[in-house]
Amino acid sequence: MNFLSYLINGISLGSVYAIIALGYTMVYGIAKMLNFAHGDVIMVGCYIVFMTMSGQGWGAVPAVVLSIIVCTVLGIVIEKIAYKPLRKATPLAVLITAIGVSYFLENAALLIFGADTRSFTNVVTLPALKLAGGALTISGTTIVTFLACVVIMAALMLFIKKTKAGQAMLAVSEDKDAAQLMGVNVNATISLTFAIGSGLAAVAGVLFCSAYPTLTPYTGAMPGIKAFTAAVFGGIGSIPGALIGGILLGVIEILGRAYISSQLSDAIVFAVLIIVLLVKPSGILGKQVHEKV
Amino acid sequence: MKKAVSMFLAAALAVGTFAGCGSSADTGSTGSAASTESGSTDSAADGSVFKIGGIGPTTGAAAIYGSAVMNAAQIAVDEINEAGGINGYQVEFKAEDDQSDAEKSVNAYNSLKDWGMQVLMGTVTTTPCIAVADKTAEDGMFEITPSASSTDVIENDNVFQACFTDPNLGTASAQYIGENKLATKVAVIYDSSDVYSSGIEATFVKEAANQGFEVVAEEAFTADSKTDFSTQLQKAQSEGADLVFLPIYYTEASIILNQANGMGYEPTFFGCDGMDGILDVKNFDTSLAEGLMLLTPFVADADDEKTQAFVSKYKELYGDTPNQFGADAYDAIYAIKAAIEEAGVTPDMSVSDIGTALTEAMTKISVDGLTGDGMTWEATGEVSKAPKAMVIKDGAYTAM
Repeated sequence: MNFLSYLINGISLGSVYAIIALGYTMVYGIAKMLNFAHGDVIMVGCYIVFMTMSGQGWGAVPAVVLSIIVCTVLGIVIEKIAYKPLRKATPLAVLITAIGVSYFLENAALLIFGADTRSFTNVVTLPALKLAGGALTISGTTIVTFLACVVIMAALMLFIKKTKAGQAMLAVSEDKDAAQLMGVNVNATISLTFAIGSGLAAVAGVLFCSAYPTLTPYTGAMPGIKAFTAAVFGGIGSIPGALIGGILLGVIEILGRAYISSQLSDAIVFAVLIIVLLVKPSGILGKQVHEKV
Repeated sequence: MKKAVSMFLAAALAVGTFAGCGSSADTGSTGSAASTESGSTDSAADGSVFKIGGIGPTTGAAAIYGSAVMNAAQIAVDEINEAGGINGYQVEFKAEDDQSDAEKSVNAYNSLKDWGMQVLMGTVTTTPCIAVADKTAEDGMFEITPSASSTDVIENDNVFQACFTDPNLGTASAQYIGENKLATKVAVIYDSSDVYSSGIEATFVKEAANQGFEVVAEEAFTADSKTDFSTQLQKAQSEGADLVFLPIYYTEASIILNQANGMGYEPTFFGCDGMDGILDVKNFDTSLAEGLMLLTPFVADADDEKTQAFVSKYKELYGDTPNQFGADAYDAIYAIKAAIEEAGVTPDMSVSDIGTALTEAMTKISVDGLTGDGMTWEATGEVSKAPKAMVIKDGAYTAM
C-alpha cells in the first residue's frame, strides 16, 4: 500500500513537471530555442493568483483566468523584446538572453514582492479520494493535476494536427525559411507558440503551488530545471514525450527518495537522465535528426 | 543535436547552481540598518570607561543578524549606563561592520583596537569569528560571541559563547522529549545541505539512544528539493512515528505542516530555534501550527516581563521585532558586566590583564538573561542554560 502511495505522489509531482515540460518542448520544437525564463513565468503566474485571491478576495476561477492572460501577454512581450531581435543570432546568444530574462524576472519579483515566503492557498477544492478503507488517499489536487495534464496534451496535439495555425507551427519547426516561402507568417507563429507555452506555465504554476504550497521569487527555478530535464528525457520537441518524461521523472524522484535515499533523490533523477541520453541521445520519443552537411 | 543538448544541459546545471545560491539568501528579510556608532556615554571625570567593541554584519546578506545584535547590545549598554555603569565606570560601545567576511572582520577588529577596545562582543557569524578568535587569543583580549554557534569558535580559552552550540540543541531536544515522555517513536526530517540542521540531527539521534524513545525514520531533504515532503511524511507515518522532529527553518516547516495536514497525519511536531517565525509566514494558516512545540532560547512573543520590556524598547527604538540574535547579544553584554564585577577589574588595566581576569571570572558567574535563567559558563567557553520549551497555542507562543 505504501508503494501505491509513493507511486501516486510520484504521478502527482510528475504531472506538474509534465505541464511545465510541455511549454519547454513546444517552444523548443518550433522556435528551436530553450526558454529558460519559462520557470519564472510560472512564478509570475503564481503571484498573480496569490495577489488576487488572498489580497483581493477573488474566487479561484477568475484568478486563474487572469493569471493565464497575464502570463500569455508576458510570454509574447518577452519574445518580442528579448528573443525576436536575436532570431538570426547564434543559439548560444539566445540561450544567454533567456538566462538573463530568467534573472530579470526573479529579481523584479524580489523587488516587488520581497523575499518573504508566502503560503499559497490551494485553488482546488475537490475532496480527496479515499480508497481501500482510507489506507490510500489521493488528494483532489493530484486528480486535477493529472487530468489537466492529459487534457492539455491531447488538446495541444489536436491543435497542431487539425488547425491551420497548428499546421503552420509544424511547418516552421521543420524549416523556417521554407515555411516563409510558402506564405506562413513565421513571426506570428513563433509568438503564438510563446503565448501558448506561457499560458500553460500559468496553469502549471497554480497546480504546482497548490500541491506544494509555498511561494517565493525562486519558486519557479527548480521545477523549471526539472521540467526541462523531463522534456529532454522524453525527447525534446515531442509533445507526448514531455508527458511521459515528466511523469517518469516524478515517479523516479519519489521512488528513489522513498526506497534508496532521501538525500540522493536529485542525484538519482539526473543519473537516470544521463543513462537515457547515453543510450538514446534523442530521448524516449525523440526523433533522430541527422544533421545535413 | 547531441552536442546542442549537452551544451544546454551544462547551461541548465549552471542555472541550477545559481538558483541555489539565490534561494539560500532568501531567508533574511530586509533588516533595518543599525545605527552603529555610539556616543551616548558620559565618561567618568578621569576619562576612564570600559570600551566594549562589537563586530558583526550590519550590511550584506546576514545584515538581519548583525543589525539585531548591535541594536540589542546598544540597548543593554544604555541600560547599564543609566543604572550607574559597571563598578561605577561608564561603558562605551562601538560596533564595526564585517559583512560576515573573515578578512573584513579582522580589519574591523584592528580598527576597534585602535579605538581602545578592551573587551570584544562578537563576532556574529561563525566563519569570521574563527578568524578573529585567533587574533584575540594573541592579544589576550576577552571575547564573547553572541551567536556564532560552531564549536570551532571556542577553541581558544579566552572565547565564550552566549548562544547554544549546534550540537547542544540536538542533545537538549532529545533529552526534553525523553524526560517528558512526549513520544515513543520519533521521525526526523532535516536538511542535509545545511550545517545547522544536520548538526542538530546528528546529536539528536546520538542522544536518542540514551532516551526512552526510538528514532524510526531519518529522512533528509536538500536545498534543491525542499517543496515536496510527501515521501518523508509518508515514511514517518508508515513507521508509526507519533512525533516528528524538525531541526529546520520555518519556511520548510510551514510546507511540512501543510502537507501533513493534507495527508491526515497528525503527529506532534517538535522544532528548534529555526522554527521561530513560523507564525509570520504570509498567508500561512496558523491553525496548522497549533500544538507545535519548539525548543528555543528566545521568542519575542513570550509573555515574561523581561522579554516584553526588551521587545517593546527595541520596537520603540528601531521599529522592528528583535530576533534571537539580539537577545543573545543583550545577554552577552550582561555577562560581560557580571564578569567584570566578579573579577573587579578596572579600565586602567591592560587588555591582556583584563582578559585573563575575566576568563577566570566567567566560570564563576551566573546571569539571568533573556535567553535563560541562571546561565553559567564552562571553562571551554560553552554556555549552560536551559532552553525554553514553547508550544503554539491559539496562534501564539506560550511557555510550557
